[in-house]
Amino acid sequence: MGLGRFMVRRLALSLLVLAGLSILIFLIARVVPGDPARLALGPRAPEWAVQSLREEMNLDKPLHVQYYLWLRGLLRGDLGKSLLTRRPVMDDIKEFLPATCEIVLFSALVMAVGGILLGVLSASYPNSWFDNVVRVVAYLGIVTPSFVWAVIFVLIFGYIWPILPVIGRLEMTVEAPPVFTGFLLLDSLIFGKYEAFWDGLRHLILPSVALALGGMAQAARITRSSLMENMGKDYALAQVAYGIPWRVTLGKYLLKPSLIPTVSVMALDIAALFANAFLVELVFNYPGISGYGIRAMLNKDVNAISGVIMVMGVIFTGVNIIVDLVVAYLDPRVRLVGGSQSG
Amino acid sequence: MEDSTLVEIKNLTVWYRVYGGLLRVLDGVNLSVARGQKVGIVGETGCGKTTTVKAILRILPKNAVVPEGTIMFQGRNVLKMRGRELQELRGQGIAMVFQDPTAALNPVFTIGQQIMEVIKYARPGGKAKEWREMAVRALKEAALPDPERLMENYPFQLSGGMRQRVCIAMALATARTLLIADEPTTNLDVTIQDQVLRLVRRLVEEKGTSLILITHSLGVAREMTDLVYVMYAGTMVEVAQTDELFDNPLHPYTLGLLQSIPKLTGGGVTQGIAGRIPDYANPPPGCRFAPRCDQAMPICSERKPALFDAGGGHQVACWRFAAGGEAVA
Ligand SMILES: Nc1ncnc2c1ncn2[C@@H]1O[C@H](COP(=O)(O)OP(=O)(O)OP(=O)(O)O)[C@@H](O)[C@H]1O
Ligand SMILES: [Mg+2]
Repeated sequence: MGLGRFMVRRLALSLLVLAGLSILIFLIARVVPGDPARLALGPRAPEWAVQSLREEMNLDKPLHVQYYLWLRGLLRGDLGKSLLTRRPVMDDIKEFLPATCEIVLFSALVMAVGGILLGVLSASYPNSWFDNVVRVVAYLGIVTPSFVWAVIFVLIFGYIWPILPVIGRLEMTVEAPPVFTGFLLLDSLIFGKYEAFWDGLRHLILPSVALALGGMAQAARITRSSLMENMGKDYALAQVAYGIPWRVTLGKYLLKPSLIPTVSVMALDIAALFANAFLVELVFNYPGISGYGIRAMLNKDVNAISGVIMVMGVIFTGVNIIVDLVVAYLDPRVRLVGGSQSG
Repeated sequence: MEDSTLVEIKNLTVWYRVYGGLLRVLDGVNLSVARGQKVGIVGETGCGKTTTVKAILRILPKNAVVPEGTIMFQGRNVLKMRGRELQELRGQGIAMVFQDPTAALNPVFTIGQQIMEVIKYARPGGKAKEWREMAVRALKEAALPDPERLMENYPFQLSGGMRQRVCIAMALATARTLLIADEPTTNLDVTIQDQVLRLVRRLVEEKGTSLILITHSLGVAREMTDLVYVMYAGTMVEVAQTDELFDNPLHPYTLGLLQSIPKLTGGGVTQGIAGRIPDYANPPPGCRFAPRCDQAMPICSERKPALFDAGGGHQVACWRFAAGGEAVA
C-alpha cells in the first residue's frame, strides 16, 4: 500500500468523523435548556418579536428539519447568523480565526522545534547538569497550565522587564496592513509592511510561548526517552561498530524512529493549544476565536456555537491528517502495512 | 608465526560497574587469531563471550572498565587507539554480525540506505553510485534473491534468515581482515541455521577473512572452525585445534559440555553439568570452575591455574595437567 491509498483511506475516515461531529454539536447546541431567541432579545422584548426571530432562525421547526437546513447551509459555507453580533457567523469566524491560528501555528512551531531540540540535547548528555535543568523545567512546564505562564509573563514583561509587548496584536502607532488573509504576519509581508510584521511577531512571542511550554516540555521528555531507548538498540551499536560517526547515527538513524512517539503525542498537544488559547488570549487581551466561542456559549448563541465547533472540528481533523502523514513518512511499517506499531 | 598473527589478546580483564558493586566478568582472557583462521569461542550463556568480542571493537557498554590487558590488532593496541585509528579499525579492519538480526537493523531505513552508509564510511571519498553497486554486489554474494529490489525494502518486509544474510552482506560488503559473528544463528529457525552458517564459511574462505565465531554449540564449532576456545566464567579454560579438542578433550568443563550434547546412538540420558556460573560479584578465589568440578583438588579453590601446554598447541587451564606440561601463560 502506497502513501496515496493510505491518504484516501485516512480522508474517508475523517469525513465520517466530521459527519458524526456535525450531528453531535447540532444536537448539543439545541437541547441545552434555555430559549436562544429569548436570550438574544432579552427579558423585556415583546413575545411577537421573539416569535418572529424564532421563525427567522427556523427554531420553530422540528429538529431533523433544522438539522437538514443547517447542514445545507454548512455545505455552502453558510453557518447562519449570530444572535449576538447579528452578523453571519462565517464573517465572525473569518475575523477571529486567523488571529488564533497565528498564535497556535507559532506555538506549534515553538513546541516542535524547542521540544525536539531539548530532547535531543538531553539525550546526548544524559544526567549532565543540562539534562537535569531541562528535566526540572520540563516537569514544571508539564504541571503548570498555560494561563499561569501567561500571567507570569505579563507580570515579568509588563512590569519588571518590559522588553516584549504583553497586550494585543499590534501597537496602535504601527500602521496595519490591509486585511487579506487575516494572518497579520502574512498580510504584512504581502503588502510590504515590515514594521507591522516585526511588531506583530513581537506580540506573538509571549502568548505563543506561554501556550507552547506544556507541550514543548512533554515533547522534550518523550524525545529524550525514546532516543535513549533507541540508543541502547543493537542497530545503534552496530553503526558505532562500523565506524559511522555518532552524530550521523544520532541525528539521522536514531532521530527518525525516535520522533514517531513524539509526533503522535504532539497531535493531541496541538489540539489542546486551541482549547488553552482562550485563557491566554484573555490574559494578553488578544482578539481570537476562543474568546468569541466562549461568549457564544455563555449566551447560547446556537449558530455561533455550532459554527465555531464545526470549524474547530475541521481544523482538528486536518491537524490529525497532517500528523498521520508525518508518522507515515517516519514509519514505513505504518505506510506500507497500514498497521501501527511504534519503535 | 608472529607476523601471521592478526589478533592477540593478552590477560584481558573486564569489569562491569553496577549498582552496589563490581562484576568481575573477564578474568585474564587470552586469545589469538591468525590470518585466515576460523576461531570458535564456545561457552554457556553469561560466560563473557560477547564481552570479549565487544572489547575488540571497543564497543563495550558504558559501565564497563578494562583495568588490565592488551588487545593487539595487526600489531597495534586497540585499547590505546583514538580518533582516526579507531575509525579505521571499525570501518575497515573488523566487522561484527550480531546475534539478533531484527535488532541489528534499523526498522525505519531501507536495506539499501543502511548498507550504503556502512560502505560510505569504510571507503571514504567514493561516490554514491559506487556505494550502490557495492551494496548490490554484496547482497548478491550473500545469496539474496533480487538484490536491486531488496535495496528498497525495509527490514520488516524480510524473513529472519534474510535479515541475517543482509547483516552478513553488510559486514562483508567491503574488504575486512576479521569478521566477528556473535551467535549469528541462535535467533533463526533451525532449518535455516545451517544455510546461514555455510554462507558465513563460504564468504570468509573466498575473501580470506579471519573469523571469530561465537556459539554455545560444540557441534557448530566443530563444523565451522579450525581452532576452538572453550570459555568458562570469564576465562579461557581450554584451547586446541578443533579436531584435537573433540578427539582429546582435557578440561573437566569441556568434558561436561561434550557429554551434554544429545547423542543419537547409545540412547543414554544426557547429563548436563550440575550447578551454574558463579556470581561475578564474588567469584571463587581459585579456579572459577572448581565449585562445579567433580575432579576438584584442594589447590583448585586456592590458586587460579595458568594455561598449561598439553602438546601440539593444545592448552588447558586445569591443575590436573600442571605436572604433565609446563605453564605457558
Ligand atoms: N552492561 C552490563 N552491565 C552489567 N553486567 C553485564 C553487562 N553486560 C553483560 N553483563 C554481564 O556479564 C556477563 C557476561 O555477559 P556476556 O554478554 O559477555 O555473556 P555471553 O557469553 O555473551 O552470554 P550469551 O551466550 O548469553 O550471549 C553476564 O553475567 C552478564 O549479565
Ligand atoms: Mg552474547
